[in-house]
Amino acid sequence: MWEYTDKVKDHFLNPRNVGTIEDADGVGEVGSLACGDALTLYIKVDGDGKITDAKFQTFGCASAIASSSALTELLIGKTVEEAEKITNKDIAEYLGGLPREKMHCSVMGQEALEQAIKNMRGEAPSKAEHSHEGELICECFGVFDEEILEAIKVNDLKTVEDVTNFTKAGGGCGKCIPDLERLLAEAHGEGVCPTPSDKPAYPAEGMTNIQRMHLIESVIDNDVRPKLKADGGNIELVDIDRDTVVVRFLGMCSGCPSSQATLNGLVETALKEKVDPGLKVREG
Amino acid sequence: MDTIYLDNNATTQVDPIVFEAIKPYFTELYGNPSSMHRFGGQVGVTLKEARASVAGLLGCEPEEIIFTSCGSESDNTAIRSALNARPDRRHIITTAVEHPAILSLCKFLEKKDGYEVTYLGTDEYGRLDLEEYKAALRPDTAVVSVMWANNETGNIYPIEEMAKIAKEHDVFFHTDAVQAVGKVDIDLSKVPVDMLSLSGHKLHAPKGVGALFVRKRLPFRPFLIGGHQERSRRAGTENTTGIIALGKACELAREHMVEENTEVKRLRDKLEKGLLEAVPDAKLNGDPEHRLPNTSNISFGYVEGEAILLMMDQLGIAASSGSACTSGSLEPSHVLRAMGVPFTFAHGSIRFSLSRFNTEKEIDFVIESLPPIIKNLRKLSPFSAEKQAPACTKSFSE
Ligand code: FES
Repeated sequence: MWEYTDKVKDHFLNPRNVGTIEDADGVGEVGSLACGDALTLYIKVDGDGKITDAKFQTFGCASAIASSSALTELLIGKTVEEAEKITNKDIAEYLGGLPREKMHCSVMGQEALEQAIKNMRGEAPSKAEHSHEGELICECFGVFDEEILEAIKVNDLKTVEDVTNFTKAGGGCGKCIPDLERLLAEAHGEGVCPTPSDKPAYPAEGMTNIQRMHLIESVIDNDVRPKLKADGGNIELVDIDRDTVVVRFLGMCSGCPSSQATLNGLVETALKEKVDPGLKVREG
Repeated sequence: MDTIYLDNNATTQVDPIVFEAIKPYFTELYGNPSSMHRFGGQVGVTLKEARASVAGLLGCEPEEIIFTSCGSESDNTAIRSALNARPDRRHIITTAVEHPAILSLCKFLEKKDGYEVTYLGTDEYGRLDLEEYKAALRPDTAVVSVMWANNETGNIYPIEEMAKIAKEHDVFFHTDAVQAVGKVDIDLSKVPVDMLSLSGHKLHAPKGVGALFVRKRLPFRPFLIGGHQERSRRAGTENTTGIIALGKACELAREHMVEENTEVKRLRDKLEKGLLEAVPDAKLNGDPEHRLPNTSNISFGYVEGEAILLMMDQLGIAASSGSACTSGSLEPSHVLRAMGVPFTFAHGSIRFSLSRFNTEKEIDFVIESLPPIIKNLRKLSPFSAEKQAPACTKSFSE
C-alpha cells in the first residue's frame, strides 16, 4: 500500500468542492477512462478576475482525488493570474507530498487548470482534444512530447522512471521508452554536439619537443623568476626529461626551508597550467 | 476494528494448529536434520513425515517432493531444470496469464538466452484454447508451463488434458499450482504432469517455504547447488519449521477440502451474488464455471480500484485490486488485459479471495458496506455509463 500523508488521506476521504458548476466560466477536462484517471475542473471567476468558486469531478486513485481536491482549495480566492502560476509541485506540496510514483496525479491537476483557464478566455474547448502539440510519444497513455519535456523541465526529471511517475508515459507496454530516453537526453542538452573549440586541451598540445622546451623556459623566465627575485632568490632550468622538469634554486631560495612548497605551489603549478598538466618538477 | 480478510490469494493466515505444531522446533527441537547425532536426527524424522504429508495431498510419492523456499523458486527450478535436461530444445510454451514468477522468467530466457516462447492467449472469460495449444507444440519444445489455477480470476485450466497432450509430444509439462493446492483435488497418480510448484503461505503455512514435485522418471538438474540436502537436488539447510508447517498445513488441507468446496464456495457465491445484484454496472471477471471455490474477481465500472480498496480499508475490509495503481505499474493487470476486459471495467476490478476462516457475518458486512462506497466514488467521477464515449470502452486487445 502506498505511503500517503495524513493530508492526502483526508482530502481523499473528505474531498472538498466535489461537483459541477452549471454556469462555470472555465472548464478543463483531462485524462480518460483508458488512462485510469481523469479530471474535470470547473472555475467561476468574478469581474475582478478572482476565482470565487472551483469544483471538480475525478475518476482515479486516492492521490488523483486528493490532488483535485487540493487544487480547488488552492484556487478559490486567487486571481486568474495567480492561479496560472500554480504548478503540480504546488499541488503536491499542499498535500505534504505524494509518493513519487503518483506525481502524475498532480500533473493532471495542473493540466486541468491550464485547460480551464484557456477555456475561460475562449481560447480552447473544455476538453484538451487538439491542444496537444508535437509528437505522440506514448500510445498507451496518449502522452505527447511537449508534455514530457515540460514535466522534465519543471520537475527536474532525470530518469525514464521519473518521467513515468510524472506523466505515465512508459508505464504500459514500454514501447516508448527509447523515445523517453531521447527526450531526456534532449532536455539535458545531451546528444547535441559541443561546438568544436579551436583551443587545444592544453597549451603545449601538438608542439614539437623544441617548442615545448622553449615554452617551459619562457614560463620560468616570465612567470616564476620575477616572483622569486622579488624575495631575493632565483631559479635555473637544469634539464627536461620527458615529463620531468629539473630546476635548481639560487640565492635566498637555495636552502630555504620552504623550497619544496615553492617548487610545488609555484613552479609546478605554473608549468602545469601554462605548458602541460602532465609535467612534474623536481630539484636537481 | 477487526480485519475482514478477503485477500487469501495473496497470503493466508497461519492455521493456529500449524503454529502450535511448529513451536517446539523453534525452541527445544532446533537440531540440524543433517547432523549425525540424535538431536538433529529426530528433526529429520519429522521432515520425513512432512514430506509424506505433502505427497499425500498431491497423490504422489514422498521422494518426488523437493522442498524449496517459495513458489517462485519452485517455478524457476522446474523450468530451468527442463531446459538444462534438453539443451537442444529451444522453445517454451506458457500462457499470457501466468504469475510473474513464470512470465518474468520466460521473458528473461527469451531476451538473455535466446529461447523462443509462445504465450497462449485467452478468451474473454480467461479460458485457454486447446487447439491453439496443440498448434504451438513443436519438435523443439522443451517445456510447457501452465498454471493450474489463476491467482486473479481463479480460473482453473484443463491441466490433465494439456499434460496428456504434452506427453504425446514428448514435452515436459510443468504446472504452477500455487493457487490450486489445498483448494482443489489434485491427484498426480492420475494427472500426468511432470513437475508441479506449490507454496506454503497460500494454504495456511508460513511464508518462506514451498515445494516442487518432480516425477520420478524425469531427468532433473538442480537449481541450487551446494550441500547434499534434498538428495542433492536442492542445497541449503532445510527451513525445518517451514517444512514441518507445510506438512501440517497439507494434512489440514486434505481434511478441509470438502469444506473448501462447499462452505467457502457458498460464502464466495453469496458475496458475488450480493455485490452483483446491489451494484449496477458491475461484472464478474473469469470463467463462471471452472473457478477456484474461494475467488471472485468483480469489476465495478467507472471507478478506480485503489480508491475502492482504500475506502474498504477504512472499514477494515482487506481485498486486492487488479488496478495497476496499487502495484506500481500503471496499466491494469496483465490477466485482465489478456482477457480483453474493457477499460471501463478493468481499472475498477477487485479480487475477493476467501478462506475457511471467513464467516457469514463478515460476508454480510461486505455486501452491505461496499455498494455505498461504489456509489460515493461514482458521484465523484466525471464518468457514468451514459456519458461514456464509445472510444473509451475499447478493450485492451483491440
Ligand atoms: S507506448 Fe508508452 S508505455 Fe506503451
